[in-house]
Amino acid sequence: MKTWHGEYLFVLQNLIAKDFRVRYRNMSLGIFWSLLNPLIMMAVLTFVFTMIYPNSRELQYPVFVLCGLIPFNFIALSWGIGTSCIVDNTGLIKRTTFPKEMIPLASVLSNCLHLLIQIALLLTLVLAFGNGVNRYWLWLPFVWGFEVVLTCGLVFLCGALSVYIRDMRYVVDATCTVLFWLVPIFYPFSAIPDHYKNVYQFNPVAGIVLALRYILLENTPPANSLLIKLALSSTFVLIVGCLVFNRAKRRFYDYL
Amino acid sequence: MKSISVIGVSKSFAHRGPGLLREQLGAWLSAPRRKAPFYALTDVSFEIDRGESVAVVGANGSGKSTLLSLVCGLTPPDTGLVHVDGRVAALLDLGSGLHFDLTGAENLRLNASLVGLSRQRTDTLFGEIVEFSELGEFINEPLRTYSTGMVMRLTFSVAMHVDPDVLIVDEVLAVGDQAFQQKCFAKMMSFRRAGHTLLVVSHSGAMLREICSRALWLDHGNLVHDGEVNSVLDLYEHRRLTTALH
Repeated sequence: MKTWHGEYLFVLQNLIAKDFRVRYRNMSLGIFWSLLNPLIMMAVLTFVFTMIYPNSRELQYPVFVLCGLIPFNFIALSWGIGTSCIVDNTGLIKRTTFPKEMIPLASVLSNCLHLLIQIALLLTLVLAFGNGVNRYWLWLPFVWGFEVVLTCGLVFLCGALSVYIRDMRYVVDATCTVLFWLVPIFYPFSAIPDHYKNVYQFNPVAGIVLALRYILLENTPPANSLLIKLALSSTFVLIVGCLVFNRAKRRFYDYL
Repeated sequence: MKSISVIGVSKSFAHRGPGLLREQLGAWLSAPRRKAPFYALTDVSFEIDRGESVAVVGANGSGKSTLLSLVCGLTPPDTGLVHVDGRVAALLDLGSGLHFDLTGAENLRLNASLVGLSRQRTDTLFGEIVEFSELGEFINEPLRTYSTGMVMRLTFSVAMHVDPDVLIVDEVLAVGDQAFQQKCFAKMMSFRRAGHTLLVVSHSGAMLREICSRALWLDHGNLVHDGEVNSVLDLYEHRRLTTALH
């Protein structure tokens, strides 16, 4: 039974605009926060890993670490916020008939502007450190695209589960803390012992970081096997997320 | 032509609500302990023809809002069938789908998109909706500066412009002032005259007698009376009076 006959794009646009206005209207620094946060983390990690634990192998340590921080930050932030998006929008779920998928989707997409600003920051620093533009940059939209696909999948999955299990938010936060150490953010992939490397590549977040470093810092195309693993794992997460969400959404009303 | 069919519908809610991770894990591991569910509606059946306007009355917790939610398709029934023909606009709650940090105008667009107006229709109707709401300059102020009545004016004005086949209203009019209530009555009457279907929950008998032709009386989830509005309301009000005296 279909009782809602609205316009998907219009709803999505309004929900994204809402998230955005709500987040920035009450902040004096507004959008600069999305630049400030990675820059501070970059400075701190650079200080620690060039002064305290010197890591001589990486010559451009600030950019190197930023290649890891930006994709990680996007996932951690969007995943965390997205996990509670259904519970936070109880009113919408229980009192309006529009398609529920719009809520997690809007939640992820409203973080994408952050991501775009941070990507601009990253590319600027890459160039400022004397790296040129190369044709492999054409891979970048695919890499970022799969990151968004992966994040959507995670948010669909955990957003739906958090209706039934309210501790989900803390599970996600804890996972992100673990992920910060298990993704090669402040250490190079080459430092990982050989027999762990294959497993690492199946972690899509690690795959994104690796691909970025190949493209931006080493002027080499990311290996096909890496891209395929990235594509497969993020699409798999999206499919699982959609299936779970679809099954779970019928009962949202009863549990919220 | 049937507009709404509700056939043998029951709806229960388990008493537990959302679980904690610990309980959920426990539930998976051990045999499920079944607690008796709470039945919000038991075996309710009725049909509403296109163009009818129907009131739903009953005490608090008698299942009125659950019934409306089922008709809107927000939640599936345990057993039975719910079928609604055509576009539905529902006013179930004040303020759901609104954000208090956004201005009236921003909320208006958001709310319009959620209830199913297209971008084009929203742009065309924007002025008309603002005018109907009589919010004037306040439309550009954040919603947190609004009174409850003003929030109601905004939501109601949007819902009245969806041009739905079925309009469902759950006790929200009570917060409006007399003048705006009159305006809403008038709008609902013209809506009814245009041949659309109306389903209204309210505790204001006078208003229901004015705009509805038929009434459903719910008592503890059972449909106890279904008939002409005045006769059902007379019975209902008599019962309320006698239980209040005892």
